[in-house]
Amino acid sequence: MSWIHFFILVPILFSVFIPILYKIFPRIHTGWFVLSIPIVLFIYFLQQVPSVMNQEPVLHTLSWISSLGIDFSVYLDGLGLLFSLIITGIGSLVILYSIYYMSKEREALHNFYVYLMLFMSSMLGVVLSDNVIVLYVFWEITSISSFLLIAYWYQRKGSRYGAQKSMLITIFGGLSMLAGFLLLSIVTDTFSIQAMIGMREEIFHHSLFLPAMLLILLGAFTKSAQFPFHIWLPDAMEAPTPISAYLHSATMVKAGIYLVARFTPIFGGATEWMWAVSICGLVTLFWGSFLAVKQTDLKALLAYSTVSQLGMIMSLLGVGSMALYPGTEEASILLSTAILAALFHLINHATFKGSLFMIVGIIDLETGTRDIRRLGGLMSIMPISFTITVIGGLSMAGLPPFNGFLSKEMFFTGMLNAAESIGSWTTLFPYVAWLASVFTFVYSLIIILKTFAGSYQPEKLDKKPAEPPVGMLIPPIILASFVVVFFFFPNTLSYTVLEPAMQSILPFLLNTGEQFHVHITAFHGWNMELLMTIGVVLFGTILFFTLKKWSAIYDHLPEKLNINDLYNAGLSGMEKFSSKIIDLHMTGYVRDYLVYLFTFVIVLIGSSALHFQVFSFHFQGNGPIEIYEIVLVVVMVLAALYVILSTSRVMAVIAVGAVGYMLSLFFVILRAPDLALTQLVVETITTTLFALCLIYLPKLKKEISRVRVKVTNLLIAIGVGLIFTLIGLSVQGHRLLPPISHYFEDAYELAGAKNMVNAILVDFRGYDTMFEVIVLLIAGLGVFTLIKLRPTSREEKE
Amino acid sequence: METLMTITAGILLSIGTYLILTKSLLRIVLGTSIFTHGVHIMLLSMAGLKTGAVPLLGEDAAAYTDPIPQALMLTSIVISFALTAFFLVLSYRTYKTFGTDDMDQLRGSKYE
Repeated sequence: MSWIHFFILVPILFSVFIPILYKIFPRIHTGWFVLSIPIVLFIYFLQQVPSVMNQEPVLHTLSWISSLGIDFSVYLDGLGLLFSLIITGIGSLVILYSIYYMSKEREALHNFYVYLMLFMSSMLGVVLSDNVIVLYVFWEITSISSFLLIAYWYQRKGSRYGAQKSMLITIFGGLSMLAGFLLLSIVTDTFSIQAMIGMREEIFHHSLFLPAMLLILLGAFTKSAQFPFHIWLPDAMEAPTPISAYLHSATMVKAGIYLVARFTPIFGGATEWMWAVSICGLVTLFWGSFLAVKQTDLKALLAYSTVSQLGMIMSLLGVGSMALYPGTEEASILLSTAILAALFHLINHATFKGSLFMIVGIIDLETGTRDIRRLGGLMSIMPISFTITVIGGLSMAGLPPFNGFLSKEMFFTGMLNAAESIGSWTTLFPYVAWLASVFTFVYSLIIILKTFAGSYQPEKLDKKPAEPPVGMLIPPIILASFVVVFFFFPNTLSYTVLEPAMQSILPFLLNTGEQFHVHITAFHGWNMELLMTIGVVLFGTILFFTLKKWSAIYDHLPEKLNINDLYNAGLSGMEKFSSKIIDLHMTGYVRDYLVYLFTFVIVLIGSSALHFQVFSFHFQGNGPIEIYEIVLVVVMVLAALYVILSTSRVMAVIAVGAVGYMLSLFFVILRAPDLALTQLVVETITTTLFALCLIYLPKLKKEISRVRVKVTNLLIAIGVGLIFTLIGLSVQGHRLLPPISHYFEDAYELAGAKNMVNAILVDFRGYDTMFEVIVLLIAGLGVFTLIKLRPTSREEKE
Repeated sequence: METLMTITAGILLSIGTYLILTKSLLRIVLGTSIFTHGVHIMLLSMAGLKTGAVPLLGEDAAAYTDPIPQALMLTSIVISFALTAFFLVLSYRTYKTFGTDDMDQLRGSKYE
């Protein structure tokens, strides 16, 4: 166990104390205690930057289930570090923000922060685990904590719906990802990602390559809300806003991005991988931005915007993976810029989208609504919020002097390079990219202008808005300042974080010892990218001001394409289907359940006995049969049969008693005097008991059932008898082991008893007998309770 | 002898099963009782019958019958007695509470 294992698990360990702190210090907001955790972690990961920059990453292994090859092994390389910094950095700001957002009087804070800490640990685990099984476990815990956090206000129907939806979709993806991992481990015989990367060639030429790839991509696409699985993200906005900012824009939804980046060294270079990732990304990019324009709820708008931006990063990773295509060195260097753009935009998106989410949360708290139709003119009332929104919004739109401009330019560069060096359909990529950027520009303007410009309509608002407390503004201000700082000093990032991360995504591109040299500049001259940006601004502005004229096209979208409806219909269809199946066999009749049980006994035991051919009969060695024994048998069987046919209770009980007495006679004949005595006593008591109860029990009615039921009962009864008879007969011919009874022949020396059976019961297996007595005691108590105690009905009590 | 007893046991098991599948509670209780008898006979015959003397030391026999199945069955007899008694009282109580001993009418409702 090294420090890094400890630091990954710190949030979960700390979460034990959260409810205690919540109870002990009710006057201090629990968030203040929690805040220390991500800050400490952030500082720890910052300290790791120099060593990750300069050294080969090390594998820290903590053995867990070593016999299965499952160990908690941690691999801290550039990519993992980049994500860890985002998780802990944004995490600190979000928790600071949540202290003001979540009221300590009204909210169940302990739950909130426990879920949040659970998430933080598991997310760190996802990005730092080297073992795919461990990664999967953490991956699913992020899904579960996301479910809990979306459903945090579980009293609301929308929260429950959104939580269930995200759970179903991401867990479905997680399971297929697990299947993909297992396929990979079949190919490579290891669970370690780094070992798999080393066996890249073998995986490449294996027949399981494509299935494994598709299954893993399914996991990535569902988690990162890629089309057509994006539908869960807008509904996840029911979560408290700090959660939306943290899980559903900055970190958890990027787990899919991480997965694609992490597996690029394995699958990258395959054209299937490139097409799948980049096309899915581009479709998501376009569709998300197109739908975002339509939204009237600010959070929904941001959700679609997140979907779109995730698609953009995904598509960049897709085309960038072709840098690993063998034999094209020049193109490789060109395409690697796409990977750089993806990583850079990952950070930028976390900063500007985080600040925007926080501002939307503030607007929601201050005005009581997030509906842009009711908002407007807040510019003069909330100037600081307005400034932050302008910075975040314009960065998202891709304008200077904000970091979004840089990564948007790099995005265009990546797409243009792809069109140039890959050819074929990729020539279309820049067009899609440009069109989606236009819509991105439009919705960015909507966020800024519809909320803060225009006319102030206080009559539509529930509250009188004002700037929130300073503490609440600090996190978005910090994020917004990063937005600006990264524009002017992007290379502080590129040397420290981006280059090592690129190294881990494209490990084969460079010779050993070499490093990527990244230098990001804002202005490259009047090139194609700049012209595209200018085009976006011009065309986007026109579209924004003519929004009313063309927004009618949203009403003409074909209904069938609505994936949400498809999901809902599928869900209710499955519910109906499963309840039908359940209604079919869960009838509520005990007899039916017994029929299932007996049928399974017959089918399972019978068929496996037939399959393994255990039925074989040897009749030699049988003891001789005397005439009186035959008489006993006949009497016994007749008595038993009589029970079925009898309509008189007394006679039936006596017949059962007769069977029992015959049995004790047999015990006498078959050299079991103890059994005979016991049976005699027990049978007498039982019959007496029956007789006692008869007074209270109703008369036996003739069984009135349908013939079909009777025949089924008869068949099953005969089947059960037959199976056990056959087994009993077969057993006689098979004595696999010698009996151990000779041991008990020493009973006199060992236990001082001449009766072996008694010695076994009271001495050798004394505990068994003791427990048997306990069973008797419990049964006796049960009988007593049933007879003596009358439950007072609820009405009487009240 | 073993064959005869095994077949007898099988018949008792069949009859017991048939009774358990009927509707009347009393018949079901009686069915379990008969079923147990069948199982006991089966156990005893599986161990081999009449192969030795009664398992009492001091009989000076050359061989004794295997005492382990007997010890097992002794436990089983007592426990099945406890079970039958409990079951019987349970059915009595059920009849008192619900006024019927018909299993079809004692069926639970769907959303209980």
